[in-house]
Amino acid sequence: MLQKIYDWIDDRVDITPLWRDIADHEVPEHVNPAHHFSAFVYCFGGLTFFVTVIQILSGMFLTMYYVPDIENAWRSVYYLQTEVAHGQIVRGMHHWGASVVIVMLFLHTLRVFFQGAYKKPRELNWMVGVLLFFVMLALGLTGYLLPWDNKAYFATVVTLEIAEGVPVIGEMTKTLLNGDPSIVGAQTLARFFAIHVFFLPAALFVLMGIHFIMIRKQGISGPL
Amino acid sequence: MSEKKQPVSRRQFLNYSLTGVGGFMAASMLAPMVRFAIDPVLEATSGSEMHAVVDVSEITTEPQRFDWTVNQVDAWYTSDVTKSAWVYKDENDEIVALSPTCKHLGCAVSWASNPDYPEEFFCPCHEGRYYKSGLNVPDTPPNAALDLFEYEVKDGTLHLGNIVENTVQEGGA
Repeated sequence: MLQKIYDWIDDRVDITPLWRDIADHEVPEHVNPAHHFSAFVYCFGGLTFFVTVIQILSGMFLTMYYVPDIENAWRSVYYLQTEVAHGQIVRGMHHWGASVVIVMLFLHTLRVFFQGAYKKPRELNWMVGVLLFFVMLALGLTGYLLPWDNKAYFATVVTLEIAEGVPVIGEMTKTLLNGDPSIVGAQTLARFFAIHVFFLPAALFVLMGIHFIMIRKQGISGPL
Repeated sequence: MSEKKQPVSRRQFLNYSLTGVGGFMAASMLAPMVRFAIDPVLEATSGSEMHAVVDVSEITTEPQRFDWTVNQVDAWYTSDVTKSAWVYKDENDEIVALSPTCKHLGCAVSWASNPDYPEEFFCPCHEGRYYKSGLNVPDTPPNAALDLFEYEVKDGTLHLGNIVENTVQEGGA
């Protein structure tokens, strides 16, 4: 049945090359843990992506209950966590996943660094990777404020102070992030929410796309 | 090795196990999220609660609108919500408390609000009409009678509760 549906579509639009191009590629021996166990270090990039997928999914589901408003943000989080079935699990996935993704990203970076995999011709991909790292950090930072509890609030106060410390454009940057020259409040929360769920994920998708296209084009770096 | 001895090839076996493991992982990841999302559908509706509305002595044979306030808990938001009913005593001295929500598309109906139909409930949105009993007038937009409120009289006060279907068949006085 499924095969027939697939064939029917494939007959008309020829989708086989599309997914074959993505799915069918040789894994070099030096990257295969079955040959050399130490090759497990190559998994961290994939794991970063896997955890990112969890973050995207759990985040999408969390916004079904969360409201970015200073009166209700904390209450909606408390409600989804205590009253909604599996709320604690879904929020837990997003909360812990945020830390795990940074750890995986860091391990991936270490591997690339110590193997020298960033060297010519892969310098551009290293740069895109650094940008991805910044986007991830920014996602963690903006997401931190959203539960609107004391920890979130005061962490953001400190973050904004740091942003203000930048020479010349510091004050402007702070106001831009904050939405107000002095009050960390309604506008800050709305802004951080928008940045967290629209702007940064959009940047993340574009950069990830470039990252993946480049690695497929250039191939995994050779054995040490 | 013959085909008989190996009905499943090595490649197929690997394909099946990888698909199985991957499917299991995806399912265990999505299961809590989906359950989380569909929670409002599965949540049991809260039981009936009666609210004091009006002193019985104020109820006449003419439908009158009475309002009362309910404390509504909407997830993380609590507020006072005003509800209304059209209440009268029928020819058997039985109290009838009708919901003002039109059965066509949910506008609010009111008694004798249209001078052309002084003895009927009238809905201004699409000229839906109901007899005094709540029965919908044939050939007007509504296709069911106005709902009833469950009621009880305690210490001379009318209490109203959940909305129930109105099974009335006749137009009433």
